[in-house]
Amino acid sequence: MTEREFRTVGKAVRRVDADDKLSGRAQFTGDLTVPGMAFAKLVPSPLPHARIVRVDATRARALPGVYAALTAAELVNMETRYGSDKKDRPVVAMDKVRFQGEPVAAVAAVDLATAEAAAELVEVEYEELPVVSGIDAALDWRGEPVHESNLCHEYGYEWGDIDAALRGCDRVFEDTFAFPMVYHYAMEPHVCIASFEPGGVRLWTSAQHPFLVQAEIARLFRLQLDQVQVVVPFVGGGYGSKSYTKIEPLATALSREAGRPVRLALSVEEAMRTVRRHAAKATIRTGVMNDGTIVARDCVGYVDTGGYTDNGVRVTERLADRMPGPYAIPHVRVKSYGLFTNSTPAGSYRSIGGPQAVWACESQMDVIAHALGLDPFEFRVKNLVEQGEEVRRGKRPIEGDLEAALRSVADAFGWEESRKRAASAPADANADGRMKRGVGFACAVTNSGASPTSTSLARLHADGSATVYIGSAEMGQGSRSAMAQIAAEEMRIPYEKIRVVASDTAAVPWDRSTGSSRSTTLMGLAVHDAAADVREQLLRLAADHFEAFPEEIEAEDGQASFKGETVAFSALVREMFGGSGGELIGRGYVTPKHPSGKLRQDPVFWEVSIGAAEVEVDTATGEIRLLRYYSVSDPGKAINPKQVEGQDEGAAMQAIGHTLFEEMLYEDGQLLNPNLVDYRVPIFTDLPDEFETVLLETGNGPGPYGAKGVGEGGIVCVAPAVANAVFDATGVRVASLPLTPERVWRALQAQDGVSGGLPPK
Amino acid sequence: MPNGMTEGTPNGATEIRARFRLNGAEAEAAVAPQTPLIDMLRGEFGLTGTKRSCDAQVCGACAVLLDGQPVSSCTLPAFEARGKSVLTIEGLAADERWSPLTEAFVNNAAFQCGFCTPGMLLAAKALLEADPDPSEEAIKDALRGNVCRCTGYKKIVEAVREAAEAMR
Repeated sequence: MTEREFRTVGKAVRRVDADDKLSGRAQFTGDLTVPGMAFAKLVPSPLPHARIVRVDATRARALPGVYAALTAAELVNMETRYGSDKKDRPVVAMDKVRFQGEPVAAVAAVDLATAEAAAELVEVEYEELPVVSGIDAALDWRGEPVHESNLCHEYGYEWGDIDAALRGCDRVFEDTFAFPMVYHYAMEPHVCIASFEPGGVRLWTSAQHPFLVQAEIARLFRLQLDQVQVVVPFVGGGYGSKSYTKIEPLATALSREAGRPVRLALSVEEAMRTVRRHAAKATIRTGVMNDGTIVARDCVGYVDTGGYTDNGVRVTERLADRMPGPYAIPHVRVKSYGLFTNSTPAGSYRSIGGPQAVWACESQMDVIAHALGLDPFEFRVKNLVEQGEEVRRGKRPIEGDLEAALRSVADAFGWEESRKRAASAPADANADGRMKRGVGFACAVTNSGASPTSTSLARLHADGSATVYIGSAEMGQGSRSAMAQIAAEEMRIPYEKIRVVASDTAAVPWDRSTGSSRSTTLMGLAVHDAAADVREQLLRLAADHFEAFPEEIEAEDGQASFKGETVAFSALVREMFGGSGGELIGRGYVTPKHPSGKLRQDPVFWEVSIGAAEVEVDTATGEIRLLRYYSVSDPGKAINPKQVEGQDEGAAMQAIGHTLFEEMLYEDGQLLNPNLVDYRVPIFTDLPDEFETVLLETGNGPGPYGAKGVGEGGIVCVAPAVANAVFDATGVRVASLPLTPERVWRALQAQDGVSGGLPPK
Repeated sequence: MPNGMTEGTPNGATEIRARFRLNGAEAEAAVAPQTPLIDMLRGEFGLTGTKRSCDAQVCGACAVLLDGQPVSSCTLPAFEARGKSVLTIEGLAADERWSPLTEAFVNNAAFQCGFCTPGMLLAAKALLEADPDPSEEAIKDALRGNVCRCTGYKKIVEAVREAAEAMR
């Protein structure tokens, strides 16, 4: 039998949410109104670390128009703490506050102005505690720690004999790199409408993981899962900031107090005090032979998880998993530590721990290449792990040909020519030679944290149209369209006949989460199986209809055919039910034991990340202009190629932010830049002159048609590629991000060519 | 009396009556002096396509056109609209002459989460009215007041160029 051509998959179909999103009709949580809804305002702690002596909301409650105030005293007949791996976060601060902005109380009132006035009336008395500022302070701390200690989590692994191996190397390099705290800036700040009712809880919320929110709310309020409905309308950007449970417990508890639905909508400033990316510091010791063979690598990394764990456990582990890089190294030892500090809790952000680990690893690769007099690209290629080999012992072997992927980017970028061009005098150099050009490269593989657990339902209606049910939240990635494509392909009906119902726990079957680049691969596999289940049923019905065997039936474009005769799917459905109505129901279960056999190993796939950059550095000011950036994206099979590119470009642009200017600045626990004026994100004029994604379709993913996840890879390699290009241009290595003009200028002034300097301790 | 404005209440001007054109039709509302335009549009008129994000005139999610020019409705007092013409995304979407712009956004994958898209489309419209054949640099410059955190901007630039071509 000849291979069937795809009708919908791989095509740039019109996104199913296009008309809504281009007309202003798309409903985000903040656009909803629930009858009787009250408006909430938080009472934030002005102090980063303090014991709570007294909270008095009497005057707030007395204000006309106020329905309720929530303080720790009201957290009764419920569990009080939540969190994904460690339940350490109180719904409102209980014993003490652990970061500036932590909610100590919240009020609900008839309108927002009244709620804001009431929040001012909540009296809180604090006893100040010394502030744990940053990783170094957390490690060397004599005062009262943030929690029982400042250690949140530790992790590590090793193979080979690292100490002996390092002794046998020609050269050993040791370098330390720092990565800043950064803010996701999902343009829609967190927003939630909670309605605590006699029969349970209803929530409309900007959450990435509706079913994890459901489980957490059920546990907190001692309800059954079926009593908690979580609806996620369109989400205005996530990038990890809306993963797990964020403001939903507080909104629900406040609704319980107020006896009515409560709307809690955060400002950007409040969102910056809700979640951020982990700052990190990593020291890598690498032993090499003079021919460029890496023999041993010893890594120690620290991440700053802020006042509460949030996703600190997993980020600590992923940082460690990703520090040695995509290289075949016989002797490896990695240790990582997650530390509490008095700052915004740190959670998931696009490739957890990835940019931090790869910043260190890939910066050091160029340090070594330069010292050994090797081409940084060829030095990498020489040490790459081969296809089918383990990059991390005991984990899934690398499914792709990394060298081929690297070469495809180098070719597209023109690595050789660019290097030569940059090395010669730049074309537009000023007479004084102050503008310098350079090129840099970086590569990585990241073990997706995607959990292989999803379910889906597909209903083929009596008119031949279909509804597909998914748990994925639509936060921009285009999951509803990709799922419709997969369902259309498998059910053999046109894409336009599919409706996707998503992210309502009372309507759709269970899915773990929307993150870790997992939806197209894993939710997509569940949709694939549910739709294929419908097709199998159709083939059996058609076989009955034609008095043939199912394998003799052809199905395409909404009809089944046998020996030149055709029957519409709609007719088969009606025939089965003997009337005008009826429908077929298909189901898809994705578990680690999926019959494909592809989901048994951890991780379910490796995401490839490669970056090549060309920069121009103004040596008089330290300003960097990113002239060209090339990235790679390997979706295995691109369900919708333009959307794949969009994921990669968006991720790379976010990384341009943390590479060049994004940084949450703290001083003694006070956030100095809690707004978009002082915290700058990339804008149109930051777009490089050339900004390209090389799309590979290696077909080796575990998802439908060989698909695997993308969306995170693009954020990983920008910083080291740019820093390596800056080094190539100027001979100066900057070890701390972001590469602000001041930092680069200071490094240039230091003149020793090796130190950009870590921030002062 | 200023064009389109009527007196507020005498005891401290709690509200100002403002008459203006909204998406081509006559509209009228009573607003407190400090009420920003976005609250009036979303609250009084149910036009929730205008999005609130940074509240600081940086992101452009709240952008609407006031007499054809992009303004940040999160900080502009609503009464400033009196006697003027306000265009929101709902008005733009209803105007078929501008469908090449929205279609170019579809064809080029120039939106993802969609939160910035209303403001982005309005800013792009203002640009194309002023300059029907904008260069890439002109597009970047005109849209620098509109942040998109999803797309990485390239596809939006391509969409605006395609729209310009289609509309010429």
